Amino acid sequence: MRLEAVSKSYLHRGRMVTALDDASLEIAAGDFVAVVGPSGSGKSTLLLVLGGMLSPSTGQVFLNGRSLYDLSPNARADMRRKKIGFVFQTFNLVPYLTALENVQIPLFLAGLDEAIQEQRATALLERVGLGDRLDHKPPELSIGQQQRVALARVLANDPEIILADEPTGNLDPETGQQILDLLAEMNREGRTVVMVTHDPRAAARAKRTLRLQAGRITPTTN
Amino acid sequence: MHLRKLVWREMFERKNQLATSFLAILLGIAVVVSIKNITFYSEKAVARQLDALGANVLVLPKSVSLEDYYSADMQNDEFPEEYVQRLALSDLQGLDNLSPKLSVPVKLKDRGFTLTGILPKSEFQAKAMWAGAGIFSRPAEGCGTVADVPGAFRPEAKETLVRQRVIEDLSDAEVLIGADVAAILGTKEGDGLDVLGRTFTVTAVLPQTGTVDDSRIFAHLHAVQELAGKGPVINAIEIVGCCKEISGGLVQKINKLLPDAKVVTVTQVVDTQVKTNGMMARLSLIFLAIIVLVGGASIANYMYANVFERRREIGTLMALGAGSAVILKMFLLKALLLGLAGGIGGYVLGTVLAVALGPRLAGIPVLPMPVLVLWAIGISVAIALAASYLPARRAARLDPCATLQEM
Repeated sequence: MRLEAVSKSYLHRGRMVTALDDASLEIAAGDFVAVVGPSGSGKSTLLLVLGGMLSPSTGQVFLNGRSLYDLSPNARADMRRKKIGFVFQTFNLVPYLTALENVQIPLFLAGLDEAIQEQRATALLERVGLGDRLDHKPPELSIGQQQRVALARVLANDPEIILADEPTGNLDPETGQQILDLLAEMNREGRTVVMVTHDPRAAARAKRTLRLQAGRITPTTN
Repeated sequence: MHLRKLVWREMFERKNQLATSFLAILLGIAVVVSIKNITFYSEKAVARQLDALGANVLVLPKSVSLEDYYSADMQNDEFPEEYVQRLALSDLQGLDNLSPKLSVPVKLKDRGFTLTGILPKSEFQAKAMWAGAGIFSRPAEGCGTVADVPGAFRPEAKETLVRQRVIEDLSDAEVLIGADVAAILGTKEGDGLDVLGRTFTVTAVLPQTGTVDDSRIFAHLHAVQELAGKGPVINAIEIVGCCKEISGGLVQKINKLLPDAKVVTVTQVVDTQVKTNGMMARLSLIFLAIIVLVGGASIANYMYANVFERRREIGTLMALGAGSAVILKMFLLKALLLGLAGGIGGYVLGTVLAVALGPRLAGIPVLPMPVLVLWAIGISVAIALAASYLPARRAARLDPCATLQEM
């Protein structure tokens, strides 16, 4: 994954805001990167740009050597479905679907047979320790369990890259650790993990940390 | 998981919000189905009454008045029988039954009667004959086209049967006689009857009708023409015309086709029917416009609110790899299900209303019309899809970033 001189500016209440400023970055396959920085420094913008969700004002983003934003929106959606998994701070589970059905969504979008969807989703939920909560809807699960369902959903299509936005932001320290353990495990399996966080302990679990300050990237630690 | 399940689960989860839109479309469709159902049976009932009354358009010689026709229908003026062919071969719509006649006065036992020449089938089953001959095109439905309607008014069966059987077999040597003729002459079925020097066999005595027909002797048209020595002429063509076409200028069109004849219509009966049918049709259109507006606006409003409420979910699906087509389908499928449910429910409710209220409102028995279910579903689905298209397109074009505000 590579960013080349990416800038992202937008108008906010008549004022031009620069979220990313000439950011260049290379993330190797299998890396585990923590992105830290104060609120409004452009961390989430960076994650969205990397995930093919937000086109930069200038510069280019490459994924496996292909320029992401030269693809059509639907082709980018395809790319996300096959290669990228998002983890959200508020989990973004579909509230009217069960845990099993939530995990099935990426598999349904990939056009897999329903029996295979169910089999794979069950295995993934068992892997995150929720084998006994398959038929529970999100409001019937604890916060930590909801985030684990979200992690199982991320893994459904076996993505190469996981982009996590404050994955422990809403969790108590113990549950947060469990989630970080799972992310580390995914990284050990060879997946690239990019994690935005405010939490120094979470950042410490990454192989390297990038600091964002007013939209500019400064590498800090390894 | 598949799209149908996703849509169905969401609808079920938020069923209370859906209820208003569903009710709007359900009630709208129910009212229109109900009106259409009652109108159909009302039209059929009036058509039967019109049919029982007989012809509503008459083609007469120029010098004859309608009054003359009804008093005795005997005149010296005639016109060529070829006029019937001219009408049959024309492309005029709305002619349902053509009955050419030639009436001449006869004296039997010093009493005056009317000898009326008819073309057997054309007198009572002309429409079948013309349609069968394949030379006459008519609209499938008309006020004069009377299909059998179960439970609706029906002429007395015995009378119809007697007439149809006899007329089918009427030959040059046979006559049918009216009830008065039979009573005065003391003639019964199977007897011989001398008319203008020829002996005919009485094949049937027609039931009492209370009209001039009771003093008529019906014989084959060509036999009457021969006996009267008048050649291939007739002095009236009775037509059962469709009311819609009559009001649309059928009389003028026949006049144009037969400039040497006089075309008159029983306007009072026709006008009433046309007015009733027109009123029901307008009422149906008004309600259709109301459901399009109210139902459509309600669904569109609900869909826009639904898209707004679900924007985070839409953003999440997009982040998980859903393209715009999936999002569009998700909302249109929901509209389709809403339309289907509204159409089927509206048909059931409308039919129940029509069957229950029809006899009270229109004084006629009303039966369910299964064909209306297709109409109800078609309209309902079309309204739901049309009203949902813009909200669905908006959902498909949502910026996933804007929807995932916390990122």
